[in-house]
Amino acid sequence: MVTETMDGTMAWDDVLAAYDPVMGLEVHVELGTATKMFCGCATEFGAEPNTQTCPVCLGLPGALPVVNEKGVESAIRIGLALNCEIADWCRFARKNYFYPDMPKNFQTSQYDEPIAFNGHLDVELSDGTTYRVEIERAHMEEDTGKSLHVGGATGRIHGATHSLVDYNRAGIPLIEIVTKPMTGAGERAPEIAKAYVAALRDLLKALDVSDVKMEQGSMRCDVNLSLMAKGAEKFGTRSETKNVNSLRSVERAVRYEMCRHGAVLASGGTVVQETRHWHEDTGITTSGREKSDAEDYRYFPEPDLVPIAPSRAWVEELRATLPEPPAQRRKRLQSAYGYSDLEMRDVLNAGLLDLIEETVAAGATPAGARKWWSGEIARRANAAGEDVPSYAVGLGVTPASVVELESLVTGGRLNDAMARQVWDGVLDGEGSPTAVADARGLELVQDTGQLEAAVDKVIAANPDVADKVREGKVQAAGALIGQVMKELKGQGDAAAARALIMSKLGQG
Amino acid sequence: MTNELTRASAADLAHLLATREVSAVEVTQAHLDRTDAVDGAVHAYLHVDGQGALAQAAEVDRRRRDGEDLHELAGVPIAVKDVMATEGLPTTAGSRMLQGWIPPYDATVVARLRAAGMPILGKTNMDEFAMGSSTEHSAYGPSHNPWDLDRIPGGSGGGSSAVLASFQAPLATGTDTGGSIRQPAAVTGTVGTKPTYGGVSRYGLIALASSLDQAGPCARTVLDTALLHAVMAGHDPMDSTSINAVVPDVVGAARRAEVKGMRIGIVRELTGEGFQDGVQARFDESVQHLVDAGAEVVEVSCPNFTAALAAYYLILPSEASSNLAKFDAMRYGLRVLPEGIDEPSAEQVMAATREAGFGDEVKRRIILGTYALSSGYYDAYYGSAQKVRRLIFDDFARAFEAADVLVSPTAPTTAFKLGDKLDDPMAMYLNDIATIPANLAGVPGMSLPSGLADEDGLPTGFQILAPAMKDDRLYAVGAALEQRLVASWGGPLLDRAPSLATGAPTTTKEA
Repeated sequence: MVTETMDGTMAWDDVLAAYDPVMGLEVHVELGTATKMFCGCATEFGAEPNTQTCPVCLGLPGALPVVNEKGVESAIRIGLALNCEIADWCRFARKNYFYPDMPKNFQTSQYDEPIAFNGHLDVELSDGTTYRVEIERAHMEEDTGKSLHVGGATGRIHGATHSLVDYNRAGIPLIEIVTKPMTGAGERAPEIAKAYVAALRDLLKALDVSDVKMEQGSMRCDVNLSLMAKGAEKFGTRSETKNVNSLRSVERAVRYEMCRHGAVLASGGTVVQETRHWHEDTGITTSGREKSDAEDYRYFPEPDLVPIAPSRAWVEELRATLPEPPAQRRKRLQSAYGYSDLEMRDVLNAGLLDLIEETVAAGATPAGARKWWSGEIARRANAAGEDVPSYAVGLGVTPASVVELESLVTGGRLNDAMARQVWDGVLDGEGSPTAVADARGLELVQDTGQLEAAVDKVIAANPDVADKVREGKVQAAGALIGQVMKELKGQGDAAAARALIMSKLGQG
Repeated sequence: MTNELTRASAADLAHLLATREVSAVEVTQAHLDRTDAVDGAVHAYLHVDGQGALAQAAEVDRRRRDGEDLHELAGVPIAVKDVMATEGLPTTAGSRMLQGWIPPYDATVVARLRAAGMPILGKTNMDEFAMGSSTEHSAYGPSHNPWDLDRIPGGSGGGSSAVLASFQAPLATGTDTGGSIRQPAAVTGTVGTKPTYGGVSRYGLIALASSLDQAGPCARTVLDTALLHAVMAGHDPMDSTSINAVVPDVVGAARRAEVKGMRIGIVRELTGEGFQDGVQARFDESVQHLVDAGAEVVEVSCPNFTAALAAYYLILPSEASSNLAKFDAMRYGLRVLPEGIDEPSAEQVMAATREAGFGDEVKRRIILGTYALSSGYYDAYYGSAQKVRRLIFDDFARAFEAADVLVSPTAPTTAFKLGDKLDDPMAMYLNDIATIPANLAGVPGMSLPSGLADEDGLPTGFQILAPAMKDDRLYAVGAALEQRLVASWGGPLLDRAPSLATGAPTTTKEA
C-alpha cells in the first residue's frame, strides 16, 4: 500500500490575488459507431470480457488495420460543429509505448496532422456572459483495452497480485478534442472548465456521434493547469490531471489544482510537470508518473494505413447534416414556449427538452407538456434511478399519451385533479389516458340538475358563508365550491359550480 | 516416377493432374518423400505438415473425380514461408519469440492458396523476422544451399529457395522487404518475384517493415512463378495498402516471352565495381541474349541509389522497432520470467521475454530504429531517410521514361560460406545493395538464374525491375531470357546442381 501524502493548498482568494490560471482541457470521446476504428468488431458496452475481439484489435502477428469510414465521418462532423478547419490530407501516426492493455504496444492515433484544427466553442456562463474556448485540434485515435487489478485493497496496480485485461475496448474509436491554453479566466476558471465540458457534451449528443456518458467512460476529461504570477506572460509549469469524469469534478479539480499550485509557488517551490490522479471521494489530486523528456512516444506516420483525404464535397455534405447548436436551440425553444429562466433550467436539468419538443410538436401546449413530463413521472423515474426519457420509453408512455391526456381536459371530460388520477393510472400501466378514465369511471358531471341540487344543498348548509359571498366577499365562494365538489365525489366541473353559486348568491 | 514428379515444373504437374495421369496425393507424397530424404541435410523446413498436405491433396483428388471445376494449380503442392500466418499450423517467423504459436487465422495469401486447392507441405526457414540475407539469423539454425551445403541459401527466404533448389516443392511463397525473395533466388539458381507494393495482400504476414514488405512467388521457372503470382495477387479489403486494380497479366506475358522492341535499361550504379567478376560476366551475357531477342539496350543513371542502403537501414529498423513491440509475452508466444524477482511486474516480464526471445540481429535493428525515431533525432534520421526515398522514387520515374525495364545483377556475389559474414553486419547488408531500391520505391522486381560464375561454379542472378503495376514486363523479359539461357545450357541450370545424398531417410519432422 502506497501512502499518499496530502499536498498543501492555498486559500482560494489568495490564489486569485497573486496568480492567473492557464488551463487546457483534453476531452476523449468514444464514438458510437457500430464497429471499432480499425476492424469489424462490435463496440457494445458491458459485453462479456474479450468477446468483442479479433486478430486486428488483439494485435495478433500479421493483422492489419482498416479505417472505419463512419469514424472519419463522425470526426469531421465534430470538427465542423466546433468551427474547425478540416484537413485536406492527413495521416494516422503510431504513438509508441509499452502497456499491457495496449495490444500492439503502440496506439494508432494522429500526431502533427489532425483531421480537424483551429476551431472554437462559445460557452455560456451563469452570469449570462459567454467565454470563447479556442479549439487547437480534434483528432482520431483508438482506445486501449482495460486492466482490472485484482488482489489489492484499492483496485489499483499497487498492491495487486495480478491483473486481468479486457480487450473489448481496444480499438474503439476515440476523438480527442484539445483546447488551446485558456487565459484570462481568473476566478471563473473552474466554472468555465465545467461549462465547456457540459457544452461539449450537449454538442456531441446533438450530433448523435456518442452517448457521452461520463460515468461509463465514453467521455473522459484531462485537465491541464498552470499558474503564472499576475501580469506575467510566460506560462508556468503545468500538471495534467487525468480522468476527471463528471462535470462537478471538472470544476472541483481545476479549483483544487489552482490552490495546490498556489501553495507550491508561494512557498518558493517549483511545480513538477507530472500526471496526477483525481480522487472523486476526497476531491484532491495525487501525483502519478512524472512526465519528462524521458517519455518519448516516437511518433511516426502509420505505414499500414493510407492517408485520409476527405473531398471538399463530402465535407460540405457533412456540414449540411449539422444540428442547430444546442445553445441556440435552447434559446429558441425557451422563447417559443414562454418558459421562465427557472422553468427552463429545471427542464434542462431533468433532460426533458427533447421530449417536450416532441410533445408540443404532437399537439400539446408547452405548459402542459412541461407539467406532465416533470411531475409524477419525474418523481417515479428519479426513484427508479433513471432519467425521464428512458423511464418513459420503458413504460410505453409517449408524447402522444400527454397529448391525449391534455385533450381530455380541454375537451371538458376531465378536470385537473381527475387528469392527475388518470396520469397515475397511465404510469401504473393501466393503459392509455382514455382507457384509464373509462376504467376508473372518471368524468365530469355534466348533468346541471345534479349540480344545482348539490349547490342548493351546500348553500343551505352554510348560511354564514353564503352571506359573506352575498356581501361581496367573493373569495369565500372557494369553500362552497370545495364542498360542492365533495358532494359530487370530485367529478364536478368546478368552473360550472362556481358560476352557479355566484348567480344564486347575486354575484353573477 | 517419384523423381520425375519432384523435378517437374508446376505447369507440367498441373497438366499431369488435369489429365489425371497422376493424383494430387501421389504428387504430394513424392515431395514429402524427397523431404524425408534430403531435408536432414538442407534444413529448409521448420515444420512439415505431411498429414495436412495429404489430406488437402486427397480432397482435391475427390473433387476432381466428382467433376468439380478446379483451379489450374489445384493439387500442386507448395511450401509456405514461416512469416505467413497459417491457421492450425505453427508460425514462428524464425524466432524463438513465437515458438509454439499456432495462429487462429490464415494470412490472405495462405487463404488463396488453400482456395486454389494447393496442398501446403510445410513452413520454410527464414532469418528471424526476415532480418538477414542468409538464414543464419534463424533461431532454429540455418538452411543450407543445395549447390554447396557449406554455403548460405540466401535470406531471409533461404528456406523457400532451398526447398525449390533441392526439389522438395515445385513452388514456395516468399516475402521481400529488401531482397528476401530475389537474393535467395539468385544464389540458389531459382526464380523469385517481388510484386508491386500493394499487389499482394500483406494481411497475415508478420510485419518487418510495413512500407517495404511485399509477398511474392518463388519457383524454378519464370512461368511457374507467374502462375503462383496470379494466385497470390489481387485486392484485399483487409489490407489498406492493397491496390484495388486488375492484376497485370503475368501468366500471359510469361507464355508470350516477347521482348522485341523493348528498351532494357542498364542501371549504371548497379554494375561494375563491387560486383564479383563471374556475376558481372553472366549479367553481360544475359543482356546480349536480350539484344539477340530483339530488345534495345540503353544505359540509365539512378544517382540516388548510392544512398539507398543508408536510407533503408533507417526506415526498416524504425518501422520494425514499432512492429515488433507487440511481442511482449502478454497475449501469445514466449513468456520468460526475470530471474531473482519474486513478483515481477508486467514490464519486467516484457523485458525478460524480449531479452531472451529476440536474437542479436533483431535487437540490433530494434535499438537502431528506436534511436532513429527518438525526438531530437527523428528529422536527421527517419526524416532524411524519407527524403532519400522520395529521390529514389524520382530516379526510377526518370529511368522508366528512358527504359521499359531496368536490369542489374541481383546480388553482387554468389552464395557466401555459412559463417563468413555473420560477425560483419555491414558486409551482410551490402549483399542487398541492388535489390533494396525496388522496395524503397514500391516497384516490382524479379530474379532469375543467369548461369554459374566461372570462379566458383555457383549460380548467379539476373534482376529485372519494372514500373509499378507493370509486373507483366518482368515476366515477358524473364521468360524470353530464360528460353535463350536454357537453350544455351542445354537444360535447366538446376540440372547441374550436385545431387544431394539421399541415404537413410530421416524421419519426417513434425516439430
